[in-house]
Amino acid sequence: MHELSIVYSVVSSATEALAGRKVAKVNSVLLRVGALSGIMEDPLQFCWGLATAGTLLAGSGLVVERVPVTVRCRPCGEDMALDGVQSFRCPRCGTLSLEVLKGRELEIVSLEIEEDGDDAHSGVAPGDSEKERPAGG
Amino acid sequence: MELRQGILKKNDLLAADLRARFGAAGLLTVNLVSSPGAGKTALLERTLRELRQTGGRVAALVGDLETDNDARRLAMSGAPVRQIQTHGCCHLEAEMIGRHLEGWALDQLDYLFIENVGNLVCPASYDLGEGLRVAILSVTEGEDKPLKYPAMFNSADVAVISKTDLAAACEFDRDTALRNIREIRPGVEILETSSKSGAGFAAWFELLARRRKTAAAAG
Repeated sequence: MHELSIVYSVVSSATEALAGRKVAKVNSVLLRVGALSGIMEDPLQFCWGLATAGTLLAGSGLVVERVPVTVRCRPCGEDMALDGVQSFRCPRCGTLSLEVLKGRELEIVSLEIEEDGDDAHSGVAPGDSEKERPAGG
Repeated sequence: MELRQGILKKNDLLAADLRARFGAAGLLTVNLVSSPGAGKTALLERTLRELRQTGGRVAALVGDLETDNDARRLAMSGAPVRQIQTHGCCHLEAEMIGRHLEGWALDQLDYLFIENVGNLVCPASYDLGEGLRVAILSVTEGEDKPLKYPAMFNSADVAVISKTDLAAACEFDRDTALRNIREIRPGVEILETSSKSGAGFAAWFELLARRRKTAAAAG
């Protein structure tokens, strides 16, 4: 259970990526989380409001896309998605597979943002990770 | 706005740096992971002692939330040992490893052992730059641990079944345990050890020497 530190990493990376952009509002952040990552969505959501408070991401939603484990089955010559993480057998032929192609993801895919039309206040240099509140925020 | 960035990117970059340093120094780094009380420290105690007796150059970093009890225990072997106190953090991170290696001449070592925090969940996500990840399952824990903690066992290069001297008393079902490990991590190398009697340690040392050679060839 280290979801809080995961969420803080997301906030810090997203804030860095937004530095220098005229962001009025961040609507949502999309994460991709593999079934083998050991990370669950509920605790991420639970921490989100707390971790984003006072940052550019305050008020944004967190969207988590779950990625099932996919293994390569040599006998079938195909990549097969698995139902769970309890067995690494091909669901069709039953062969154990050594090759896990998907399921370990833990990444920030994208941010949905509203750009700010007002040029007056945005003085953040690129790469500057300093948190800046949107106007009126 | 596209980002496509690993959430643990910072850790992964630091781990890649460490892996390059370990490779250049020609040593094998072993990350030991298990639940609390599975026998990581006991395995390491015997490992450090016996490797040193045969001229092996070894060192260890040991992670715990609090206390330096394990480091003091392991230092009895005569090997350089440093404690990493995480103060509540449930896993070790690459940055902690880098910070605790300062002053050690890595090229004077054959093996660096890292005893992770006892936890079968979080350490799975954090690459420490190790060459070998060893997951330990003790016979007292139950044969279904690999099924309960698949992310950890699936990330392991080697699985060790420890405390085999207690197997009979625990009515440990060896076949089921082996099957469960292979179900979660097909093809994984499995060892069975008793840190008390020394059973299985010859195979463990053979594996370490073999993996070290492979790592050195790759590095």
